[in-house]
Amino acid sequence: MSRGCKRMRYLPLSDHDRGEMLATIGVPDVDALFADVPADARLTGPIAGLPGHASEMAVERHMARLSAESLTAGQVPFFLGAGAYRHHVPATVDHLIQRGEFLTAYTPYQPEIAQGTLQVLFEFQTQVARLLGTDVANASLYDGSTACWEAIAMAGRITRRSKAVLSGGLHPHYVGTAQTMARFTGDKLITAKPELTAAPDDDTVIAAIDGETSCVLVQYPDVLGRIPDVARIAAAAQAKGALLIAVVTEPVALGLIESPGTLGADIVVGEGQSLGVGLQFGGPYLGLFGCREKFVRQMPGRLCGETVDADGKRAFVLTLSTREQHIRREKATSNICTNSGLCALAFSIHLSLLGGEGLARMARASHLRAVQTAQALAAVPGVALVNETYVNEFTVTLPRPAAEVVDALAARRVLGGVALSRLVPGQADLANALIVATSELTSEEDIAALAAALAEVLA
Amino acid sequence: MTVLNPSGWRPEMGERVAAALDAPETVTGNRALHLEEPLLFEVGRMDHCGVDFDQVPGSPLAALALRAAPVDLPGLSEPEAVRHYTRLSRQNYAIDLGLFPLGSCTMKHNPRLDEKVARMPGFADVHPLQPVRTVQGALKVIDQLADWLVKLTGMAAVAMTPKAGAHGELCGLLAIRAALDARGDKRDVILVPESAHGTNPATAAFAGFKVESIPASDDGRVDTAALIAKLGTHVAGVMITNPNTCGLFERDLKTIADAVHGVGGYVYCDGANFNAIVGRVRPGDLGVDAMHINLHKTFSTPHGGGGPGAGPVVLSEALAPFAPLPFVVAGGDGVLRLVEEAEGAAEAPEAFGRMCAFHGQMGMFSRALAYILSHGADGLAQASGDAVLNANYVLRRLEHVLHAPFGAAGPCMHEALFSDDNFAEGFATLDLAKGLIDEGYHPMTVYFPLVVHGAMLVEPTETESKAGLDQFITAMESLGARAKAGDPALKTAPHFAPRRRVDETRAARKPRLVWSAQGA
Repeated sequence: MSRGCKRMRYLPLSDHDRGEMLATIGVPDVDALFADVPADARLTGPIAGLPGHASEMAVERHMARLSAESLTAGQVPFFLGAGAYRHHVPATVDHLIQRGEFLTAYTPYQPEIAQGTLQVLFEFQTQVARLLGTDVANASLYDGSTACWEAIAMAGRITRRSKAVLSGGLHPHYVGTAQTMARFTGDKLITAKPELTAAPDDDTVIAAIDGETSCVLVQYPDVLGRIPDVARIAAAAQAKGALLIAVVTEPVALGLIESPGTLGADIVVGEGQSLGVGLQFGGPYLGLFGCREKFVRQMPGRLCGETVDADGKRAFVLTLSTREQHIRREKATSNICTNSGLCALAFSIHLSLLGGEGLARMARASHLRAVQTAQALAAVPGVALVNETYVNEFTVTLPRPAAEVVDALAARRVLGGVALSRLVPGQADLANALIVATSELTSEEDIAALAAALAEVLA
Repeated sequence: MTVLNPSGWRPEMGERVAAALDAPETVTGNRALHLEEPLLFEVGRMDHCGVDFDQVPGSPLAALALRAAPVDLPGLSEPEAVRHYTRLSRQNYAIDLGLFPLGSCTMKHNPRLDEKVARMPGFADVHPLQPVRTVQGALKVIDQLADWLVKLTGMAAVAMTPKAGAHGELCGLLAIRAALDARGDKRDVILVPESAHGTNPATAAFAGFKVESIPASDDGRVDTAALIAKLGTHVAGVMITNPNTCGLFERDLKTIADAVHGVGGYVYCDGANFNAIVGRVRPGDLGVDAMHINLHKTFSTPHGGGGPGAGPVVLSEALAPFAPLPFVVAGGDGVLRLVEEAEGAAEAPEAFGRMCAFHGQMGMFSRALAYILSHGADGLAQASGDAVLNANYVLRRLEHVLHAPFGAAGPCMHEALFSDDNFAEGFATLDLAKGLIDEGYHPMTVYFPLVVHGAMLVEPTETESKAGLDQFITAMESLGARAKAGDPALKTAPHFAPRRRVDETRAARKPRLVWSAQGA
């Protein structure tokens, strides 16, 4: 088999090395090492229709051209949220996560030479638990949506019930992810579509709880930006023996409003992307997962714990792994194997730079921009604010379908929000709703540009 | 004021040397470049902050119930943060420092071009719900990577959204469930070999299947006869890892696939080890219906201390209609489109749903595409060839020192498997592994696969030089000889790492998972 690429910048072996190694092994060529592959399945040359190797210069040029075909958030007035938020990430974060000792390490299975990663995870767990207001937190899951299903599955194991009540304010992608799983596990999900009311659907949720309910899911703030009364819903759920699962897609909001665990949530899951991670077109993101200490042995995912080494020095190690797939196989609490380690590191560094005070300032700045934006948009003829409460995300109704308006704004180089119909298609009463998010990055010029462009589009 | 002297020397001792000088301690606990670092909660302060914010005029919304106090989180100034994390990073071993031969985990060099590419704003600074015309660059990355994955595997389609290998397994099994449901078939058993990754049976159970185990044969492969004997109309499918976790190619995969298809089941291939055969063998030619590809392994996106990964799943013609939403399709006008819930009802009526919010691991896609384009079809085959060559070189150089349970049966693929069979009484795989730490290496995968006693699975990968392998082999020869001879110093290794062996039992007995001032 002839190969065109004997020398390539990522491959250290020379032909001389290969020859010596083949002689040591005692085979004539590398193809002989593939003798166990049936002959008719062995390819005899490069796969047709695929190009050959390319230089670093050529690949960088190709990728840069693709990158230039996107309109990026940083180029224009930007107001998208609905589960992914654009915040300022200090340059220090990206510098530190690119240290090779973090970037190119594996899961810390050998704790003696992985204390860096392990201490970061222990600090991350502590930060997340304090932010969410829970006793404990794990070392992260894939993202908020998958963490949300893991919480439903965990509540089922704890309560030995299989009916979950989901608020209509829960992000529709999270609902969709749960519905996919429930279809195959047999769990029953009580769902509702979002309603464009000033207050969230707390009463509807509470009315749906019964003696067979394993858990109640409430997003805080909800997908339209409204703030449900977590304490009241938690009390109603717990009175019927169900667990309250609070879902946080915008953790920066917790700089301004009370942590859901403090308000009585039994399990709190979230999307940590807002801090440190960036937009990245949806991934990789960061699943946050915290709960009461008494449920710790039912938790999914990795946990890092404190211990000592043979000299009595403080050390950290992955622990309670008897919950996990590599030990328990089909009896594990989850099939999850990886966490979102590098994103957890970025989140943790960003939150360390902020501290509690900095997070509060960031949330307050984001909120005040939202207030200004809501006022500016409500002044546009035909636009009405839905929310009574919000932190840095709210919903307005437009006189026309929001999807068309979003496209028309984009044509004017304004990324003006997320049409609710993108998330919940086919509902005539929701078609005109636009979800708008702000952050400390939003400027007064951005707000004026959005209001002007919207007025022009709607005129 | 008393000034501490950890060497134990006092002025009245004159030129007499204190006994402690042979193993001097320091006041700080540091040892030159070995720097101890306290926890964030011990160095941070509530009034420290490393981020400045402009003053924004206005007061919060009247209806908003504000929290009583800021979240109890200490902050760090920027220089404190840089030191804290830089010091912590130096407590880690990493592929950037040296050979990291973790079998089945594929720790190879992570090209830095890929890091640069992932941060290009057209991929990194775009929102997943922007209008599709404004994210064509990002969608083209997904589309071009998908095209490579389909062609490299010889399959019909690929689901790009799964977020890691185990999530990909789940996607593949849900596609199988959906295909069975579509034909009204209630079969619910998945056959899984004993040697499988733990994720396989866990995933099958998570997806609502019953798991039945298939034994291994004496040559380290699936017992084909035992598997075929278990087949029937109750079997939804099999999950087979190829190359398998013993580092061997499953020669009978096509025979097994034909038999499984013969009873109406499907074949899931765990593609964790695709890096051994990429560019040389296409799983689609072996009868596979679904296979996840760990982009972080085969296409070298960084492991980041345990993630994020990415696990796209290639699908056969039979399973392709059931692929989850959303996915990218070409529009008529050369513009790429997304099929999401709004379009799914008409364009993908059999899609089984959604695996997660948004479009998958974009940051991994751009890295993997840059890696693939750099290698090209020819370079990928060269890389898999070099990976297999390096593993066989290690196998043949070490089989006279360490027991290689399947060494006599022929070549291995990308990883070489050894056991602790010939160690001295009381010495085990763990001792050799900890000794390897002192020699400056990360240990190999230990005690996996479960079908071999005291397994040591060595995966050198193609990005190691011959000189580097020769030094590793020398270290392994020494450690193997010490384990066979019963050198007690090996029982207490590592001696030179930032920490000695840690007490895992204590960590699990009374878990301390978060820091608190009281417990400190």
